[in-house]
Amino acid sequence: MTSLDSKTQIVVVGNGMVGHHFVEQLHQSDANVEITVLCGESRLAYDRVYLSSFFSGASADDLALTTPAQYAEWGVNVVTNALVTDIDRDNNKVTTSEGQVFSYDKLVLATGSYPFVPPIPGNDQEHCLVYRTIDDLLAIEASATVSKVGVVVGGGLLGLEAANALKQAGLDTHVVEFAPQLMAVQLDQAGGNVLKDKIEALGVTVHTQKATQTIEAGDTCRYKMVFADGTALETDMILFSAGIRPSDQLGRKSALTLGERGGIVIDNHCVTSDPNIYAVGECALWDNKIFGLVAPGYTMARTAVSHITGGDAEFAGADMSTKLKLMGVEVGSIGDAHERTDGALSYTYLNQPEGVYKKLVVDSEQKYVLGAVLVGDTSDYDTLLQYALNNIELPEHPESLILPSSDAAPALGADALPDTASICSCLNVTKGDIVSAIEGGCCSVGDVKGETKASTGCGGCAALLKNVVDSELEKRGVEVSKAICEHFNYTRQELFHIVKVNGIRTFDELLEQHGEGLGCEICKPAVGSILASVYNDYILKASHLPLQDTNDIYLGNMQKDGTYSVVPRVPGGEITPEKLILLGEVAKEYNLYTKITGGQRIDLFGARVEHLPDIWEKLVAGGFETGHAYAKALRTVKSCVGSTWCRYGVQDSVGTAIDLENRYKGLRAPHKIKFAVSGCTRECAEAQSKDIGVIATEQGWNLYVCGNGGMKPRHADLFATDLDTETLIKYIDRVLMFYVKTADRLQRTSVWMDNLEGGLAYLQDVVINDALGINGELEAQMDAVVDAYQCEWKTTIENPESRKRFRQFVNSNASDTNIQFVSERGQVRPATEAEKVAGKDQFIPVSMV
Amino acid sequence: MSAAQNVMASEPQQVQWHYVCETNDLVTNSGVCALVDSQQVAIFSLKINGETQVFAISNYDPIGKANVLYRGLLGSIGGAPVVASPLYKEHYFLETGLCKEHDDVSVTAYAVKVEGEKVFVGV
Repeated sequence: MTSLDSKTQIVVVGNGMVGHHFVEQLHQSDANVEITVLCGESRLAYDRVYLSSFFSGASADDLALTTPAQYAEWGVNVVTNALVTDIDRDNNKVTTSEGQVFSYDKLVLATGSYPFVPPIPGNDQEHCLVYRTIDDLLAIEASATVSKVGVVVGGGLLGLEAANALKQAGLDTHVVEFAPQLMAVQLDQAGGNVLKDKIEALGVTVHTQKATQTIEAGDTCRYKMVFADGTALETDMILFSAGIRPSDQLGRKSALTLGERGGIVIDNHCVTSDPNIYAVGECALWDNKIFGLVAPGYTMARTAVSHITGGDAEFAGADMSTKLKLMGVEVGSIGDAHERTDGALSYTYLNQPEGVYKKLVVDSEQKYVLGAVLVGDTSDYDTLLQYALNNIELPEHPESLILPSSDAAPALGADALPDTASICSCLNVTKGDIVSAIEGGCCSVGDVKGETKASTGCGGCAALLKNVVDSELEKRGVEVSKAICEHFNYTRQELFHIVKVNGIRTFDELLEQHGEGLGCEICKPAVGSILASVYNDYILKASHLPLQDTNDIYLGNMQKDGTYSVVPRVPGGEITPEKLILLGEVAKEYNLYTKITGGQRIDLFGARVEHLPDIWEKLVAGGFETGHAYAKALRTVKSCVGSTWCRYGVQDSVGTAIDLENRYKGLRAPHKIKFAVSGCTRECAEAQSKDIGVIATEQGWNLYVCGNGGMKPRHADLFATDLDTETLIKYIDRVLMFYVKTADRLQRTSVWMDNLEGGLAYLQDVVINDALGINGELEAQMDAVVDAYQCEWKTTIENPESRKRFRQFVNSNASDTNIQFVSERGQVRPATEAEKVAGKDQFIPVSMV
Repeated sequence: MSAAQNVMASEPQQVQWHYVCETNDLVTNSGVCALVDSQQVAIFSLKINGETQVFAISNYDPIGKANVLYRGLLGSIGGAPVVASPLYKEHYFLETGLCKEHDDVSVTAYAVKVEGEKVFVGV
């Protein structure tokens, strides 16, 4: 390239993410050029990677990557709605559909791609849409307001993104895929199956191996899709996301060399068959491949800039590895995911209960990583990717890289990475760049991001970036804090001891003597819980009130629309007909949604904050107490019917469950606590999945401890056998109080016990053999807490000052008009945003009481 | 009681003051909500260095899409007072309405003043 006397005229066709990146890079190169951008859409470049965030509230402006003002500041000419129709290669001119003509010295085609719509009869109807541009999103949004069911055709990466968008818009969502699995490009069959299970668990129905033949008028919905196998699916709208095709029409028209299946052929400098014309991004075909990700597109843009300005950068293909979250499900794919390399071997790990699948593909010598598939847990992605990209030799047992938390796993720390390791592939930032940024004075991830732009593209490298930054900072002597939050330089356990030893009774006192600032949502509830565990005061006492999370203040669980659930205690799950009738009457009067819980009680949903005191007044008058469903406290003691009725029962499990529930109700703890009591070894109460499980034997009771259900289920461990009732209660007193005093914030009993040095055996030693000599104290403390019990709702409704808290408005008796319900299966449920917009006539107003 | 007057620099025009409640309707280190000119305004009273200050921001949580911010927990980040949304725990600075977790999200911050025992919000 020769030096330039007058400004070189650069014309860029297309202003997508890659076209914009080209303009930005060329502008920053300070070359003597004049840039003209011809943008086919009405909007300038925006972020297509985060397109689906449009449905979770992002606006077109939020997604914008640039503004006309910024281009003006850079001296870039930009014309929107300028669709280029012709290239006159002999005279170096392009013409738009409006007849405007622009001359160029160098022309850059960044026309991107368009969504492929399969040729199905009926695919051109009003509610058959695609998912590519902001205008598409506006059309989808409009269609969603008049639709109930939506189908996405295509179970690839973009198709699942689109399905997420439909789900967020409140539609009953289906995905129809031609292949036997989801994400066939990135995942193998087993990984695709795990992903399907997880996505179906989120309420999206997946239909694989379905070839749509026609789209006809529907019977229950707007359309009916008829499949090749004779089955059919009714839907109100259809979104096609069956892959992309390069927008290569201009190249075709002006006789540039194209690939057999489309795409404008480019060389390693991104030059097309015409030396004055470049092509970058999804319209370009390199080595017979189209690159449908943003990172390779950016690399092409930088390559073209380099060539235009006399540099020698070359495009050498791209790593198509990808890590993302689809509807909250983590998915990762690295390199040769399908084991296509000769002699490739693989290791797999499948954890069906938790929905985790990992596959590691290595070469025949088992020395290097060729590829990987991760579904449900991508925590190993960064490490595996670094092994693959930097050709790092594998450790002796490569499988340890994908096995869960085995201590043997040799972690590839940030330290082990060479300086040339690419940390952020979107913005091409290496570990060396990050190290020099830190040496230049950056002291946090935020600083490094600002300085290097690392992790500002797709964001997939955020965790790795933090790792590198933390490790480099630590090397330089910056300490990593174990403090609970910025206001207290102590752990929860240390704070517990400070409160206890110094007799501190309020948060302000503790903050003044041992902390700084005003506190936060981490330390305030933690201290509130500590104060409650030590003293068991009324939690809404003026000095305690501001410590409680909203659920504790309003004595109910806040739901997504700002209403609360009402959950009265039903000890042991035993309830009289009178009480059942009362629950029904209250639910009817206040139009509450009712559901039986797994803890053998009844939840009432949709209570407005201003109705809570009246609702509870009626419940308390009928003999109910608060169920503490909102609190980190004892929730329920589940029971089977036991020897009273059951032919097999050997002890009175219901009676014992009621006694236990009444003893420990109101006990505040680091996390929620659940119990169950079974009347025989058949274990119908599922006691072995609880923090405290009790199972009847012929001689008495077997005690199980530290189990839980939920996200990470764990069976309880057998703690002691054939106990009489008095000993049983003593042991439970001691275990619980020891837990309350020594566990960390939000640590459940299982994790707490596993973290005790010595685990179960140590706990048995403390509780049964009194190894620490504290059992007398633990029992006395539990007795004090039991004696101080009061029903918080009873105390609240009896106090006019407390009742004042339950108002939506301090200056009006109006209700919050944003809370709206629709009817479903004979009960209310919160209206979706789309339903709120769609018009009020279909809503049942809540009866004003 | 003295009041923090969060008059916004970007809006030099005169605000319209609306009486909303008495100071004893406020709960120290906690929030209440007032209906002002048909807008929901969350009003917070904080004890900072022994002195009570009052702040007002929109009650609508733009991420949770519900009118709940007044029920959030109060605290500070680097000394600046914040409320944590009770739904998804994003932090909003009481002085500016800016969201700590998302650069592109904010809620309206209102001017507020206390005269004697009366609390006024400027809209």
